[in-house]
Amino acid sequence: MRAMGSEMLELIAFHSGGQEFCVDVKAVREIRGWTPATPLPDAPPHVKGVINLRGVVLPIIDLGGRLGMPSIDPTARHVIIMVEAVGRVAGLLVEAVSDIFTIATTRIQPAPEVADEFNRSFARGIIAIEGRMICLFKLESLFDTHESEAA
Amino acid sequence: MDMNEIKDIFFQECEEQLAELETGLLALNDGDTDAETVNAVFRAVHSIKGGAGAFGLDDLVAFAHVFETTLDCVRSNKLEPSHDVLKVMLKSADVLADLCAASRDGSKVVDTARSAGLVEELEALSNGRPLPQATVEPSATAQAASTMSASADPSDALAPTDESGFQPVPFSFDDFEDEAPAATATPAASVFTVRFKPRSDLYAKGNEAALLLRDLSRLGATQVLCKTEGLPSIDLIDPEGAYFHWIIRIKTQQDEAAIRTVFEFAEWDCQLDVTAGSDDADQADFAALGAAGDPDLPMAPVLFDLSLLDEDPVVAEVAASSSVVPAIKTPLLTVALSQPVAPADMFATADLPRAAKAIAAEVEKQNAAVAAVPAAPQTIRVDLDRVDRLINLVGELVINQAMLAQSVVENETGGPSAINLGLEELQQLTREIQDSVMAIRAQPVKPVFQRMSRIVREIADMTGKNVRLVTEGENTEVDKTVIDKLAEPLTHMIRNAVDHGLETPEKRLAAGKSPEGVLRLTARHRSGRIVIEIADDGAGINRDRVRQKAIESGLISPDSSLSDEEIDNLIFHPGFSTAEKLSDISGRGVGMDVVKRSIQSLGGRISIISKPGQGSTFTMSLPLTLAVLDGMVVTVANQTLVVPLTAIIETLQPARQHIHCFGPTQRLIAIRETFCPLVDVGQILNFRPTQADPVAGVALLVESEGGGQRALMVDAIQGQRQVVIKSLEANYTYVPGIAAATILGDGRVALILDVDAVVAASRGQALGSEMSLAAAG
Amino acid sequence: MKKKVLTVDDSRTIRNMLLVTLTNAGFETVQAEDGIEGLEVLEESNPDVIVTDINMPRLDGFGFIEGVRQNEKYRAIPILVLTTESDPEKKNRAREAGATGWIVKPFDPNKLIAAIERVTA
Repeated sequence: MRAMGSEMLELIAFHSGGQEFCVDVKAVREIRGWTPATPLPDAPPHVKGVINLRGVVLPIIDLGGRLGMPSIDPTARHVIIMVEAVGRVAGLLVEAVSDIFTIATTRIQPAPEVADEFNRSFARGIIAIEGRMICLFKLESLFDTHESEAA
Repeated sequence: MDMNEIKDIFFQECEEQLAELETGLLALNDGDTDAETVNAVFRAVHSIKGGAGAFGLDDLVAFAHVFETTLDCVRSNKLEPSHDVLKVMLKSADVLADLCAASRDGSKVVDTARSAGLVEELEALSNGRPLPQATVEPSATAQAASTMSASADPSDALAPTDESGFQPVPFSFDDFEDEAPAATATPAASVFTVRFKPRSDLYAKGNEAALLLRDLSRLGATQVLCKTEGLPSIDLIDPEGAYFHWIIRIKTQQDEAAIRTVFEFAEWDCQLDVTAGSDDADQADFAALGAAGDPDLPMAPVLFDLSLLDEDPVVAEVAASSSVVPAIKTPLLTVALSQPVAPADMFATADLPRAAKAIAAEVEKQNAAVAAVPAAPQTIRVDLDRVDRLINLVGELVINQAMLAQSVVENETGGPSAINLGLEELQQLTREIQDSVMAIRAQPVKPVFQRMSRIVREIADMTGKNVRLVTEGENTEVDKTVIDKLAEPLTHMIRNAVDHGLETPEKRLAAGKSPEGVLRLTARHRSGRIVIEIADDGAGINRDRVRQKAIESGLISPDSSLSDEEIDNLIFHPGFSTAEKLSDISGRGVGMDVVKRSIQSLGGRISIISKPGQGSTFTMSLPLTLAVLDGMVVTVANQTLVVPLTAIIETLQPARQHIHCFGPTQRLIAIRETFCPLVDVGQILNFRPTQADPVAGVALLVESEGGGQRALMVDAIQGQRQVVIKSLEANYTYVPGIAAATILGDGRVALILDVDAVVAASRGQALGSEMSLAAAG
Repeated sequence: MKKKVLTVDDSRTIRNMLLVTLTNAGFETVQAEDGIEGLEVLEESNPDVIVTDINMPRLDGFGFIEGVRQNEKYRAIPILVLTTESDPEKKNRAREAGATGWIVKPFDPNKLIAAIERVTA
């Protein structure tokens, strides 16, 4: 499927902190239900711990908490989306997966400037679909934060 | 395979040869007199030169050549490998290594003065001249040179190329066109007469008259006359004798030298005359060539038909002849001519000429000598990636096996079932596979130690100190990943030892010591770890000075009383550096704290023992591998943690009466006569806000480098097991107090405790301050 | 039928060069790393010509050549010595051991092939 002069993008959408976000399907390694993670000492509250994904140890990050929204108390109903960016893998703890859809890249609107610079830090753009607003999440930001936390 | 790949191979090979070279030179320096050691050293330089020549690396060739010439003098006993000579050679080996590296990286050699100086020294050695100290008196040079048979004229050796005619010819596959001998500006053709009379040796060495004639015919039109009058009567024929000779007239545009070149390989085993013009002597025979086929005249000159050689004449003629002895390749021509004269049974007697018997006897001797040489171990080269992949897979296998075992335990009624027995076997096998795989990556520390000898030489030169490096246990093996990370801290410690540990020759003499300082670098295995020691026989740590410095920089209070050991270990403290350290070689902006950190990041420990006036010994112990460790699995605040077994001295079940409060928050545990601080791991890691009741838990008595003992409190011990080390940093970041992670039998992640960091934290340093420690590794 | 060359040299670099040169020139090539291995490979490979180095561990070129010449089957096989040492003394020793000819390293591919052709039918 290819619209004239524009790339098609397949996205996976999910709810986190009461808002809807999406990421490129190609960055998603796996989706699974919540299983208890091994907590890390002195970790920020949004880092829920580490889990084993086929022999690789990776962190579970509560996306809502990371974005400054209320962090969630995970239950078996919560979902972990394993995503990969900049050569690293992490699990995104979210409330639920809401949609998988394909749109033309031309339909991604630039995120408007806002006071807390959320647009610059975390949003690649926003998408209007069926009357909802979905924020295309900037995956690299997950890993940037670790660097800055470590520094 | 293309040139670049071969070049890569060449540089790899250089590395190996350079290591061989250094090992050999050091062995000679230690008094090894084995001729094979000298040979190996010579071969190393020789190989480098050979390969370098093929790639047109002229700088490398020129230096290797001078070096090789000097080594050849040692090899042929013309030069005594004294300490002074070896000193020059070791430095030359360093320069050779630099040149190799420069050629590889395409960079210019920085220190041309150094290599030029060494070339001069090497040449002086091979010419029997004294080493060029300042100026060498010409008369002395001449006198020394005259006693040396090796090179009559010293100026020979000074020439960049060689008395042996060695000239680098850059090699390129592009040249590889099937070019005909280029006949530029066609000179006039001239006639030569060639008289060629082989001796039997010519055939014995695998040369072949017919092939030489064929080669000759490529130079121009030939008339070939075969003279058979030398053939004796049948009963006198030696089947391997040479009875024919040839007269060849050739009309060619080439010169006499080109004709002689054809016979280059045969010149010692034949009579060869080349004369310009046609030779009158055999006019009649040449004239008779027209009638040569007369069957009644077997002894008549025979025209040699060169076209016979073109297709597969040997097979054809052999098939036609019944008188050929298999396995003895007789001159082709006799095959064609022998029918009427040689009965088969005569050739069949394998009566070797005396010369051949002598060779056989000689070879037998040689074979006997060979048998005594131990066969080289069979090796294959494997890409490191493949080994790493295998190691990862085995890691998964270990985890999987543990998970399987756990689920069997959970689901089974118990008792010795077939499943349990099978599982035990699986466990055993898994362990063996893992050990074998780890052994693949195990490497001797030798290459790293070898690098150190160069460091020592350089620092000794810079500081004007006289240092002898003694290495022991270089064949001690440890995982390659550990080796790779060992070089840097070791280099720094060696620098430090030469620079600060050892005194100048004058000071040493004044202190009644030998002017030559000894640095001892040893490696050995001890309880599942590798222990590396660097010991110098220098002045030892100046404790007053260290103490003073520590007070000045606020590390300790002026009235604190520290044990000698504690003072010594202050040098590992971050921010501690004595004035000297900033000024010179080992300075370079790094202190011993960095060394300590990089050792710790490898899961290692380091300590120092110093005796005033007698020297200091740094001891570091490292895990043998960074892939697995033996751990004690414990529970802390409902979490499972792994404590490296090597850190644990003993485990204790604290009794109430042994716990003593010490101030408002601290508690000590009485262990026999001593009191040891209790550290609640759960609290240090912020897993719980307050200390747990020690009596309800278990204490692990641990020792950290320079920090004395601590009793780490955990809630319970689950057991001991080998765990696969998984990086936390790969997908997350360094976590203070945690060395790494592992995966347990239930598939969950457990954290491996960084004991040193926890102990440091218990001494009041924040956990986070140790953070850069593992992050640096 | 392709001619078969046995090369004996302890340098991996030179072995690879020989391999490429000889393969390009249409020869079949078998290789050994020193004299001892050379004698072993000789037995199983039945070459038409041998190219050998002189300076090698375990068994050097001289010993190797003598070993080949002692073998009834290979007494007359052409042996070319490939060496940087072109001084007469070394050449002579190689000849005494039974070498057919020599090529001075680093070799020029054309010279190598020419030398091989000079000694093989």
